Amino acid sequence: MAAEGQQHPIGIYLWVWAALFVVSGASYYVDWAGFQGAMRWTLILIFMFIKAGAIVWVFMHMKWERLALFWAILLPTSFICVFIFVMALEGDYTEIVRLNFFSDWQNFFSVERHH
Amino acid sequence: MAENADVVPGVTPGLKGIAGDWSSDQVAFRGAPWGKAMMWIFLLSDTFIFSIFLISYMTVRMSTTMEWPNPSQVFALQVGGVDVPLLLIAIMTFVLISSSGTMAMAVKFGYEKNRKVCFRLLVLTAMLGATFVGMQAFEWSKLILDEGIRPWANPFGAPQFGSVFFMVTGFHGTHVSIGVIFLVITAVKVKRGRFDREDPGFMTGRKGRYEIVETLGLYWHFVDLVWVFIFALFYLW
Repeated sequence: MAAEGQQHPIGIYLWVWAALFVVSGASYYVDWAGFQGAMRWTLILIFMFIKAGAIVWVFMHMKWERLALFWAILLPTSFICVFIFVMALEGDYTEIVRLNFFSDWQNFFSVERHH
Repeated sequence: MAENADVVPGVTPGLKGIAGDWSSDQVAFRGAPWGKAMMWIFLLSDTFIFSIFLISYMTVRMSTTMEWPNPSQVFALQVGGVDVPLLLIAIMTFVLISSSGTMAMAVKFGYEKNRKVCFRLLVLTAMLGATFVGMQAFEWSKLILDEGIRPWANPFGAPQFGSVFFMVTGFHGTHVSIGVIFLVITAVKVKRGRFDREDPGFMTGRKGRYEIVETLGLYWHFVDLVWVFIFALFYLW
């Protein structure tokens, strides 16, 4: 079966391309403005997923593919999210164990936990 | 021949079509040529590879009791005596996003059989990619030689920083380099008209066709995609 390729107007590609620059600038601004803590991480993740989504959906043509292909890629990727969650729990636990057994935390008012 | 894979004749569109597409007597992934489908599956496996690296980065960073080095300081550049945090990284991101755009244009002109413009855009994409790798190499040399970052220790904080950094950016830079090589090869094929004449390839009897440019485009966008994640999770976090 011959490939048809893109018959879509070039406009959407240019819009997404411009949007990628804007969102990248916004991500850089998060660091430059000095956001910290939960606000920083939330913004970083939001901008990251916006860019990733735009690249996959438009540049990689997923918007126009059949759902079978879309889900064949997306479903296994969602398992990665489960993996991330589980390893976050693990990493947190390991840190607590290390602080408990290897540090002199009983003699400090609070021990700083670094992320 | 449909532009939108959802309206391939003879198959059910939308959600109901998923079960139908996977049925035993059907060709799965209708609407996509086999080369495109296979590239997607390869990219899925590559997604798992990079996810493993990034997940282990997360685990290591969360579980170490030492302070993690501040990327804004480690990767800052001095411009005219002023510390500019993450300047090189911002430029690298700009370069890679630009290359994604030129790649998308190249695919479009390829399908329009505009050999001259497609060739130029592929070469431009390759040059931007090579620029990115050059900047990454500069970054590596600065960190190794000037800052003393090693896979086992560094003067800034947690000793695992170096090994994570070199592993993740090394794998990514290798992917970019391989992409640049393929971009150059494909650009030359386009220029020589091999896709117009449908010449067979070097190692295969199969006919060349412009769909190859789109398949290569998928790989290149993936490389940009991985950088989006690395930039956000490693340099910004």
